[in-house]
Amino acid sequence: METTILPEVTALGVIIKAILILAIIAAIAGFGTFIERKILAFMQRRLGPMYVGPYGLLQLIADGIKLFTKEDIIPQHANKVIFAVAPAITAATAFIALAAVPVFPDFTIPFVDIYVPSIASDINVGILFVLGMMAAGLYGPLLAGMAQANKWGIIGSARTAIQFLSYEVVTGLSILAPIMMVGSLSFVDFNDYQTDGLWMVVYQPVAFVLFIIAGFAETNRTPFDLLEHEAEVISGYATEYSGLRWGMFFIGEYANMITIGVVASVVFLGGYNDFWIFPGWFMIVAKIAFSFFFMLWVRAAWPHVRPDQLMWLCWKVLMPLAVVNVIITGIVMMLV
Amino acid sequence: MYEVIAFYIFAISTMVLFTITVMSKNVLYAMTALAAGMVMISGFFFLLGADFLGVVQLIVYVGAVMALYAFSMMFFDATKDIKEKHQNPSLAFVLGGLMALVFVIMFSAPIIGENIQALYPVGLAEGLGAFGNAQDVGLVLFTKYLVPFEVAAVMLLVAMIAGIILAGKKMDYSLTECEASDKELEDEILKGGAK
Repeated sequence: METTILPEVTALGVIIKAILILAIIAAIAGFGTFIERKILAFMQRRLGPMYVGPYGLLQLIADGIKLFTKEDIIPQHANKVIFAVAPAITAATAFIALAAVPVFPDFTIPFVDIYVPSIASDINVGILFVLGMMAAGLYGPLLAGMAQANKWGIIGSARTAIQFLSYEVVTGLSILAPIMMVGSLSFVDFNDYQTDGLWMVVYQPVAFVLFIIAGFAETNRTPFDLLEHEAEVISGYATEYSGLRWGMFFIGEYANMITIGVVASVVFLGGYNDFWIFPGWFMIVAKIAFSFFFMLWVRAAWPHVRPDQLMWLCWKVLMPLAVVNVIITGIVMMLV
Repeated sequence: MYEVIAFYIFAISTMVLFTITVMSKNVLYAMTALAAGMVMISGFFFLLGADFLGVVQLIVYVGAVMALYAFSMMFFDATKDIKEKHQNPSLAFVLGGLMALVFVIMFSAPIIGENIQALYPVGLAEGLGAFGNAQDVGLVLFTKYLVPFEVAAVMLLVAMIAGIILAGKKMDYSLTECEASDKELEDEILKGGAK
């Protein structure tokens, strides 16, 4: 593979990149709610939002106005500082994780000649950084639940701690096998590894499935959304939240979905390499969009699991499978 | 210049956060400040170019250790202040002050001596940046520090087996699947006593 010499990354370029990520991902998170409702409606033979604007497109703005103008309620006995900080933690960690992944294609702004890189901060341990930031993200729901002096909140935060801690183990172990094959923790190396050969998912199908399942649990998506399971714990950690503070949890969740989509695309699905006649930037966007759609699809198709089933699945099925996968990968790599 | 600014931001916020951890009477503040302080400490690793260690600090201390503290927090009312019991405040003050002094002297001694050297300089052995961060840590861990590494692994294994034995009583019964008629069995499991 020929190496192309990229222009130098300047501080200004990184700042522009950060603003771009913030603006576009936050907007996608808002638009994602509309897409989600439409797709769920389609799969359940309903129409979804239809009244506001053409095909209900302006529903987005209506929801936004509602969210912004809602009264901001802080419960009387809640710990006010922590209660206010918790949603910011969720949103912040989700966006910080996006700093280390390739999000949009790189480009140079014409006339002023500023190079905007594809990865805001190309550190050598990108994958571990994303995993670490998602681990830190558990403090959002956790502190929110404990600060609000509400029993549902406490149950929600207890579930947060259990679920995120358990599934971090599966995410880490499942992604370890591809890391062993590539021999690097950098997203760029992962992408280059798959440039000429097959996609990683062909070599590591078990790891891919495990990563996707754990990704659902870590982003709190439907088969595993026990943190805010309405039928059991009202809204879990978000019971007392309203208005914009609740909106920040929401944006954080959607940003995390996109992060999981990016990681899955780059590590397992061939990254931003050209494919047939499609250019690389289109391929990565298409893969992320598909993984986003896949999460909605699963939501429409599967019911919740019980907490004990969740723990059983994690510790008795997924974790042993992940360990066996790592060991087999190691043996094969040693022999071949 | 960016490094200096970042260093002072991280240093000040680390000290402020850990001071809150020690001084606060509210467990929730203390825990939040401790976790945030751990994040700030990982910032120093990134500043020094030790990306791998910084990320490990994030995953291990912020993701795992602090979350275990959070588990035990579930048993308290986190919104109330704790009444602290001070038996002998002056003794605690003197001992704490002496400890702090000893640590400052210990860690600042090499600066005065100026003769501290790394025996296995990481990343510099084969020319700067010959290996990545993770490879460097692995090399040192599996050559110079192999014995402590293996001993730590055995200790963790012992702790894990002990934990399983302590917590593993009656694990083959499931409380969720108990029928209403199994009331006695359920009581027995909840008591955890007689077989």
